[in-house]
Amino acid sequence: MNLLRFLKPRATAPVARERLQILLAHERASLGERDLVAILRDELLATIARHIEFDPDKLSVKMERADSVSMLEIDVEIPADKFTARTRATAA
Amino acid sequence: MSKVIVVTSGKGGVGKTTSTASLGAALAQSGKRVCVVDFDVGLRNLDLVMGAERRVVFDFINVAQGDAKLAQALIRDKRIDTLHLLAASQTRDKDALTYEGVERVIGELRSSFDFVLCDSPAGIERGALLAMRHADQAIVVANPEVSSVRDSDRIIGLLDSKTLRAERGETMEKQLLLTRFDPVRSSSGEMLSIEDVLEILSIPLLGVIPESKEILRASNTGAPVTINASATRAGLAYLEAARRLGGESAAPVTIPDEKKTFFTRLFGRRAA
Repeated sequence: MNLLRFLKPRATAPVARERLQILLAHERASLGERDLVAILRDELLATIARHIEFDPDKLSVKMERADSVSMLEIDVEIPADKFTARTRATAA
Repeated sequence: MSKVIVVTSGKGGVGKTTSTASLGAALAQSGKRVCVVDFDVGLRNLDLVMGAERRVVFDFINVAQGDAKLAQALIRDKRIDTLHLLAASQTRDKDALTYEGVERVIGELRSSFDFVLCDSPAGIERGALLAMRHADQAIVVANPEVSSVRDSDRIIGLLDSKTLRAERGETMEKQLLLTRFDPVRSSSGEMLSIEDVLEILSIPLLGVIPESKEILRASNTGAPVTINASATRAGLAYLEAARRLGGESAAPVTIPDEKKTFFTRLFGRRAA
């Protein structure tokens, strides 16, 4: 018991390990998310541009995280004159 | 086939320059043609650790900007014929190194050397990104300590996204070099264990370099441990890591053990 009491306060490595694991799980998730948004943005741009002429700056992709649900918000602004009957028919 | 390897860490002071010099010298001793390149513009130190600080005439930036030829800037080591150094510039202009310039110099180095070891500056700024940009593989240097491990994790993320290999969709081989490891403190729970760090970073192990007085002695005299102190524990650990890097060894990494340290502490400081 004496030996344990002597060793216990010195064993701080498990604390370091746990703190790192929690921190890095969080940091990886938040950094990874930014990457995912960038990837989604690029792919959405390519897909939309194939069918509709539009300004790439008018595409907004956002990821919001809450405790139970994450929200992916995609906002595309398309000028009225570019939205032809053909594309409307395809969309419908 | 030529290999470009970046030695990186994120955090400063963990042993990038020491490791670049020691591994470069060890690879060159085995007959490989090696060039060690200092990317730390404004804060060059690889020349000092290699003992070549008084022989720098032209540097990396002179070559990158076309003011000198590569052959004029390369400093051949006086102890090992196949070892060369390309020093960084001491200029204060951080943007002196351009993407185009670095690409051209690395291309030239590839054609004359088996191994090009790029010593990265600390941080995640331009210099560090340039050092890793053209790498075929990476050595992540870390100490068994929280801030170093965290920064290494960040650097691994950058290696997987900001390098040419990553941009081409290829995988970047990354290996961990754990330095300043103290087996006594680790086994008593005072210091993160090798397994802890490996589990957290999840990249394969290249080597474990024990905390050693020889490292300071080596930098004091400008002679990498693998040249002048190759029989010491740190020297042997670097030699082993270099063999693994050169593809000559698939044997498990030697872990510095507690008993030896205790033994050397008691009986033979000189052997340490």
